[in-house]
Amino acid sequence: MIWDVHTHLAGSGEKTPEESIARLIVAADRMGIDRLVVFMGDPWSYDPSPADLTRQNDQVLKALDHWHHRAFGFVYVSVNHVEASLREIDRCVRDGPMVGLKLWVAGRCDSPEADALVLHAQGLKALVFQHTWIKAQGNLPGESTPMDLATLASRHPEASLVCGHVGGQWELGVRAVRSASNVAVDLGGVDATAGIVEAAVRELGAERVLYGSDAPGRSFATQLAKVHGADISEADRRLVLGENLRRLLRPILQAKGIEA
Amino acid sequence: MIDVNVSLSRYPFRRLPCDEPEALVARLRGLGVTEAWAGSFDALLHRDLAAVNARTAETCRRHGDGLLRPFGAVDPTLPDWREELRRCQEVHAMPGVRLHPGYHGYGLDVPAFAELLDEAGGRGLVVQIAVRMEDERTLHPLLKALPRTDPAPLIPLLARPSQPRVVLLNALRTVSGEPLRRLLAAGEVWVDVGMLEGLEGIKRLVAQVGIDRLLLGSHAPFYVPEAAHLQLKESALSAAQAEALTRGNARRILPAP
Repeated sequence: MIWDVHTHLAGSGEKTPEESIARLIVAADRMGIDRLVVFMGDPWSYDPSPADLTRQNDQVLKALDHWHHRAFGFVYVSVNHVEASLREIDRCVRDGPMVGLKLWVAGRCDSPEADALVLHAQGLKALVFQHTWIKAQGNLPGESTPMDLATLASRHPEASLVCGHVGGQWELGVRAVRSASNVAVDLGGVDATAGIVEAAVRELGAERVLYGSDAPGRSFATQLAKVHGADISEADRRLVLGENLRRLLRPILQAKGIEA
Repeated sequence: MIDVNVSLSRYPFRRLPCDEPEALVARLRGLGVTEAWAGSFDALLHRDLAAVNARTAETCRRHGDGLLRPFGAVDPTLPDWREELRRCQEVHAMPGVRLHPGYHGYGLDVPAFAELLDEAGGRGLVVQIAVRMEDERTLHPLLKALPRTDPAPLIPLLARPSQPRVVLLNALRTVSGEPLRRLLAAGEVWVDVGMLEGLEGIKRLVAQVGIDRLLLGSHAPFYVPEAAHLQLKESALSAAQAEALTRGNARRILPAP
């Protein structure tokens, strides 16, 4: 069973959300991937307005329309527009089919503005996915690091959080979130560097490591290869490839009556 | 299959799961690789490239029963680089050399690079150019200003009488689209799929530039070698395309030993 915690609609080369997700599913089938988590629309913006958040979430809702048996949606929100983001969470998660939140680079996640979003997500049992990077040349002004996420996690120990990209520089990323037991790491969107999975499993435990791809910007193949090629036990590989994500999503899926 | 992009010895900034030659060879064999063109991570930062090349040749002789074909390191900005090139061919019987312009601090527009291309071309040596070794965002802090290698100055040099055969490694995140088409049309030049990313990346690349100039390169052991191989599956290439990419094109560059 393979569940991918990190895919997008933008970058597929297709024109509509429906076509984009169909393209993703065709390639996912080739690679044996059962379920995709999809978030954000097309085009992207670093600091989306409330209207842009709604537009992109609408695209994901359209994409999910015929693929509820293969894909889950996370609602795109921003710490720069808390009230609008709370409305989007209600529209797309509480009253809609989505099962998690996605925060990108509009503002850093250790800001107080993130608290209301995380608390609302927690109340709905939704998973919170935060993009993180530690870039050698410096992050974008609103781009979070794994250290920022660890700070946020310490304020919300009952929330379920995902550290996107393991922070890019994964040796640092796993260290930064090591003590935050409510944070899992997403392996996606980082080159297929040998050792990444072994390090994450060693430092965090296999239960906190999630396969993700960041497709279509990334290849399912290169990102899966990290896990398939890792020197870990088969039991740990199954956890990383899909069992962990299913466990993390189970509370909200059960609350929504979704079998998976 | 022929993998044109593997490296021996130690990556300077971390130990890798397959950085012992026995482990690398076993992993490659397990994926169906029968020949791998091997440079050395030592070439990135070591100054004694003569010693690096001797070790590369010796490692390839001692491990893999001929699977590893050694590619020597030459830096045309160092004194007496021609002697290095001579040794690669005449002493170590290497079929080619691998350059690291970024780590060695020169661009492809410097005269020394053109001289090296001529000398290598005249000797019939393949010239590999490692355009990158890793995502620049993840570089060690001391290397964060590592210069980028621009392949564009290569275009006029490919028409020189020496007719150098050039293989660009890890280039596809640096050059794509029309600039890549121009480059591949300029002479005897190929690119490997190391560092290629994106959904159905090889399929999209073939649609842009055709199959004839593409090579299988895993960039192992820095990358997990399965990454390049699984990309073939994701892109659902035809049997003929897969054969060209994984063997035929490389064999046209370099005959079997």
